Amino acid sequence: MATLRVMDSFLMPGPDLLSSQGLRLDGRRPNELRRIRCKLGVFTQPDGSAYLEQGNTKVLAAVYGPHQASKSKSSTEAVVVNCQYSMATFSTGERKNRPRGDRKSLEMSLHLRQALTAAIKTELYPRSQIDIYIEVLQADGGAYCASVNAATLALVDAGVPLRAYVCACTASMAWHGGSPAPLLDVGHVEEAAGGVVLTVASLPSTGSIALLEMSHRLHSDYFENVLSRALQGCRDIEVILDKAVRDHLAEGWTKQDVVTV
Amino acid sequence: MAGILLSHTEKVYITHGVKNEYRSDGRSNIDYRPMELETDVVSHASGSARLRLANTDILVGVKTEIDVPKPDKPGLGKIEFFVDCSANATPEFEGRGGEQLANSISNIMLRAYQSAQAFNLKQLCIFEGKQCWKLYIDILILECGGNLCDAVSLAVKAALFNTRIPFVKAALMDGGNVDLQLSDDPFDSKWLDVGSAPLLVTLCRIGEKCVVDPTAEEESCSLVSLIVGVTGNPKYYNDYEDEEELPAFEAKCSVISMHGPGSVSPQNLRDAINQGIIAAVCLDEALGKTLFRERRDTEQFKRHSYGFLK
Repeated sequence: MATLRVMDSFLMPGPDLLSSQGLRLDGRRPNELRRIRCKLGVFTQPDGSAYLEQGNTKVLAAVYGPHQASKSKSSTEAVVVNCQYSMATFSTGERKNRPRGDRKSLEMSLHLRQALTAAIKTELYPRSQIDIYIEVLQADGGAYCASVNAATLALVDAGVPLRAYVCACTASMAWHGGSPAPLLDVGHVEEAAGGVVLTVASLPSTGSIALLEMSHRLHSDYFENVLSRALQGCRDIEVILDKAVRDHLAEGWTKQDVVTV
Repeated sequence: MAGILLSHTEKVYITHGVKNEYRSDGRSNIDYRPMELETDVVSHASGSARLRLANTDILVGVKTEIDVPKPDKPGLGKIEFFVDCSANATPEFEGRGGEQLANSISNIMLRAYQSAQAFNLKQLCIFEGKQCWKLYIDILILECGGNLCDAVSLAVKAALFNTRIPFVKAALMDGGNVDLQLSDDPFDSKWLDVGSAPLLVTLCRIGEKCVVDPTAEEESCSLVSLIVGVTGNPKYYNDYEDEEELPAFEAKCSVISMHGPGSVSPQNLRDAINQGIIAAVCLDEALGKTLFRERRDTEQFKRHSYGFLK
């Protein structure tokens, strides 16, 4: 056992992410998501909009379209998905100087496009464009995941045909009593502690993975372990999103006060 | 403002309505639309507020930083406005598309707050000539439904009212350096005094008459609009024990500006300014009472926070 301990500390430098009781820094169990609360149709101007908070990460998403594509972007085969990721200047602990246009936001926009294009039935709207705008109001780890989940809800609200819900989740790695314990839905503190962060966007109902990204190093023996935890998180999130959509639609039928003739 | 398409007949309908003091949503020319306001919605900011005026949605976060005062104003703090037009409001704002509108709003806010009678920058001083607080007031426009300036100024005042600044002990060390001591307790802080902060009122000239709080459709019917910044009455933002002892309050204009290609006669302009001052005084009273009620509810743990989930 003693030799194993030495190996642990060699494998996992930095602070302990799990307490001796097996709880995380914010009191969650390793396989527990942060609380997700969401709402569809928060704005009236966009064709679809959604608000989603995952713990202290809060994201707004708006969808415009499908509409005629701008000439430079137009494609005759499939709809062009245009994403913009932007963070409010007060969203992080330290003030940001620019809400968008920096390297990180551009990369995030690309990743969003990749995940969302996989879910949208793009072949239905040739020569058209769908705009998806993400505004991060508060970032506390997992901003990309919250953005993907919010964008899915906004797309559903806009009535864009999807193959399946696309959900994103992060997972990390920690050790508890000598055995590996992958952590689900990594918060900002755990992210900053320097462990591995695996981000997965998947279509849980088909089981396929739309985007996978990993930072820091992880022994390949444990990769399978961490990935399955992240995919489990995606499946859990899908249940929550599906319930939100159903609740929203049920509410819409009973509460509908605007009748267009 | 952004992407509103109106036919000629619709414009005539709105113009004739305004002439008869009757607008398409049933208001008279001096009525505001209903507003929703919530403070303390962003936990990463020192103070924040979200205001929804019909379809216009504004989120304001105030962040504080320690900075060095300007050499010509050693006893004063600093204040900076930054407006971000989110593409969520309209696809036209994508990339740098909203920058022009954002700059015009932040400039007019800065001008309105520049006067010492509008906002007292002395309260941001930590050590004269060495250290001061700098307030970053970040305004995020999430949806445009007309009358952005008024909504922004109301949300900014609410966010500043909600801002806490920590107490800092400053001592001059040798070598001209300043030693700052910050308390560990986050509640060891003071509220900002924002009673006199200005509110902007937009008066939109449609036909021969002026309306307050124009909708986006009304804005597209108007050739010229006037923005008046009027200082607030501290009486509504402080609980003074003895109200009689307060000096008589007089609303002052801290900024006046005209927008749009049209023109107005001096007489009409004077009338419009007076109309704007009356509107601003009423708004200020309503805002102050609402904010005070919310603060009291928060102190008694009675407040529910809704955010965007309502």
